[in-house]
Amino acid sequence: MPEGIPIKQLQIALVGNPNSGKSTLFNALTGLNQKTGNYAGVTVDKYTGTSVFEAGGIPYQFSITDLPGIYSLFAKAPDEEVTAKALLEEVTETDVIVVVTDASNLKRNLLLSTQVLDLRRPTVVVLNMIDEAEKQGIFIDIASLQNDLGVEVIPVNSRQKQGIDALRQAIIKAGTSNVSFYDIKAASRFEEGKKGFKELLKLQFGTQAEALKLYESGDTLYRYNAIQYILTKSLKTPEQLRLKQLSARIDKVLTHRWWGYLIFLAVLTLIFQSIFTLSEIPMGWIEEGVIWTQQFLSGHLPRGEFSNLLINGVIAGIGGVVIFIPQIALLFLFIGILEDSGYMARVSFIMDRLMRPFGLNGKSVIPLMSGVACAVPSIMGTRTISNFKERLITILALPLISCSARLPVYTLIISVMIPENPHGSVFFNNKGFILLALYLMGFAAALLVAWISQKLIRQTSRSYFIMELPLYRKPQGKNLFILVYNKVRIFLFDAGKIILSISIVLWFLSSHGSDTFNTISQQQAKTETASNEQLLLEHSYAGQMGKFIEPVIKPLGFDWKIGIALLTSFAAREVFVGTMATIYNANDAENTDTIRDKISNEKDQISGAPVYNTAVCWSLLIFYAFAMQCMSTMAVVKRETGSWKWVFIQFLFMTVLAYGGAFSVYQLLS
Amino acid sequence: MKSVLDLKPGETGVIQAFANDNDLKNKLIGMGCLPGENIRISKAAPLGCPIAIDIAGYELSLRKDEAACILIETDR
Repeated sequence: MPEGIPIKQLQIALVGNPNSGKSTLFNALTGLNQKTGNYAGVTVDKYTGTSVFEAGGIPYQFSITDLPGIYSLFAKAPDEEVTAKALLEEVTETDVIVVVTDASNLKRNLLLSTQVLDLRRPTVVVLNMIDEAEKQGIFIDIASLQNDLGVEVIPVNSRQKQGIDALRQAIIKAGTSNVSFYDIKAASRFEEGKKGFKELLKLQFGTQAEALKLYESGDTLYRYNAIQYILTKSLKTPEQLRLKQLSARIDKVLTHRWWGYLIFLAVLTLIFQSIFTLSEIPMGWIEEGVIWTQQFLSGHLPRGEFSNLLINGVIAGIGGVVIFIPQIALLFLFIGILEDSGYMARVSFIMDRLMRPFGLNGKSVIPLMSGVACAVPSIMGTRTISNFKERLITILALPLISCSARLPVYTLIISVMIPENPHGSVFFNNKGFILLALYLMGFAAALLVAWISQKLIRQTSRSYFIMELPLYRKPQGKNLFILVYNKVRIFLFDAGKIILSISIVLWFLSSHGSDTFNTISQQQAKTETASNEQLLLEHSYAGQMGKFIEPVIKPLGFDWKIGIALLTSFAAREVFVGTMATIYNANDAENTDTIRDKISNEKDQISGAPVYNTAVCWSLLIFYAFAMQCMSTMAVVKRETGSWKWVFIQFLFMTVLAYGGAFSVYQLLS
Repeated sequence: MKSVLDLKPGETGVIQAFANDNDLKNKLIGMGCLPGENIRISKAAPLGCPIAIDIAGYELSLRKDEAACILIETDR
């Protein structure tokens, strides 16, 4: 102890709930330097002790009074009155009040703490038995609690004498809280209440004691409300804490410098491989079901125009719609899992910096990725991007992302291009990689368009990227089911209607024609030769339309049959498969091979070589990857951007990309 | 005055005010970044931006220039 410096005396009052470990703390602070006495007039023991301490070169002597344990400053028993009076009336003697709380029972203990804080005296709050609380799985955010209470909060394990020195330091620096926890409006109904909570509490010892009792319950409820709010922020239950720690641990990997991106790519690969391989099984059932129905009907219905319409128009059309369901369901299942688990937000988080050079936002990643399902809801989903320029760029680039409507087209063409490989494993095959390549190409094209638009579109308002990173959660099966169910339903009834009606129109166009068609048809019926479907189709209305555009699409390697499919797909891409089904099925009710086999077997009439060779297949794939063939998308872009201008620009650059891409790849490969 | 970007890893600050950007200020306040709340950097994205902050019991992601607008005090 330095000589010559006067010892600073501090009067300390220890107050707390019974069983808060107050006496143990008192012993830890004072050791054997204790005196026992009596409070005047009551048989309540009075414990006082001293503690000597040096801080910053200044010696201190604490005179500590261990006040009887109480739950509330509204006293209900003689010993409680002792404490209340000590704090309310003899408060001039006390320099610092130390409120001792049981850390494992914080809610109830904070009631007294907030009452003491409202006395506007220098105060320190002790979280006693903090080790016990942690053993019970209760974890307290000290900084948050300190902030809300407005005074120092010191965690202490008084049995181990841990935190005692920190407490002594805090006592020396103790400040007064400026937070009010009492209902000032209710309190001001009393004259004394207007002066402050301390004056109000003094009423309990006077003539207005009864009136104050009426105030007390309201005061307590008011405090518990505030306490509840404070604790939701600072108290972590074991479950919350476990989830928080788990999320932090998962994030260490998923937002890692390298692993984060590798895992993102791996997740995408897994999703596309699964969509391709898992959907094959139910798609097989649907195909067989359609064939069975067609055969059953053609065996039981009388031949004629109506049967032909039903079997080759309606049933084929319905089959062409239903066949998408497995893929759409799987895709939305995966997107739902990513979204609900909290992973999507992490994807935005790690991608934001990468997207910015393209004029995009981390939040663009979610709409772009959902664009894999369907551009229409994704374009509507860009509303989360607050900056108009970033939002516009996202909308312009979005339809280049391969949507689920392209998936059946890809599936069909890829399976034509790559025959069954009996040695390929279920989850890993070339088809999956070609599919992944197409999707990556879509993303690349989208980024390119974004980058160019960023240079061309002038707008300088600030962009924001403020977004919650939710805790990781297990996706709920029920939520996922509802999501998948709704998406499938919307597809069946919205897109399905268009597809079915176009299928029927197509059936009509390909099974009817002008005079030449009728002559050929009658001749074949008369001579009873095997019907020449190529010849018939060629002279049908559909064939004539296809032939009309053939010169334009010839450089892409497309014949007039593909031309028919291209024309019909301008309403919606998925119509391609249905069109192919109708074109190759029309006037041929007996032969009900699957579409894929028919297309694969299609031979050039002159050379006899397969029409769908690798060059044509790639050309088709590229064309479908880039072309704007969706009326719904164009409508939604008009609605979201507010002008036809962007719709037109988008249509133009997508057509250029599609034609140019298909032209290049065909010329290169053939 | 210090901003969130001046926080060292693990250090906690208290929000005091927002730099002059009313849109950003309203957005942050709407998401619970109130003056007086504790704030801490929990992690940064692989390329250093955006960063994630712990605020009012949850985690918020924002860009560095946005974080720079949140003015704080360390040490009460």
